[in-house]
Amino acid sequence: MSNANERIDALVKNNDVVLFMKGSALFPQCGFSSRAVAILDHLGATYETVDVLQDPEIRQGIKEYSDWPTIPQLYVKGEFVGGSDIMMEMFESGELRQLVAA
Amino acid sequence: MPMAAQDIEALIVAAIPDARVEIRDLAGDGDHYAARVVSAAFAGMNRVRQHQLVYKALGGRMGGELHALQLETAVPSGDHE
Repeated sequence: MSNANERIDALVKNNDVVLFMKGSALFPQCGFSSRAVAILDHLGATYETVDVLQDPEIRQGIKEYSDWPTIPQLYVKGEFVGGSDIMMEMFESGELRQLVAA
Repeated sequence: MPMAAQDIEALIVAAIPDARVEIRDLAGDGDHYAARVVSAAFAGMNRVRQHQLVYKALGGRMGGELHALQLETAVPSGDHE
């Protein structure tokens, strides 16, 4: 397992809700990341963010870790949930509220 | 590096032959799209797997050339039909 993979694994396992994104929750650097943050904030979720723009190793590594080509990526309780489109769908159906509240 | 909507659709249909693909150009700039893909191939897959199947069809362009593609997937006669 590469160093990046181990670091990502620790971030995913040590945080109940963690969003890998471009920029920070206060200053998202991309529309998709901004949307992901807005959804989590709207749900009142407690979450950590990881700014992939600050860490090229994680930026590349996270795509391999999840076999998912885009950022943002949401993990809840160690499981990959999806990107911003899936978050929006699950938000609208009420599933995401249950997931992050649990 | 924009991609034409019909090229995106052709890649998806080449990999998922029964797919019905609707593509909207969100910003009118040929670079911000929303795609809705409906296929029986998605049956029994969770959302992540469904999207992964489409990303695979796009052959590595997702996240690169295709940064701004909103994706929605569904099975025919699914909840969203």
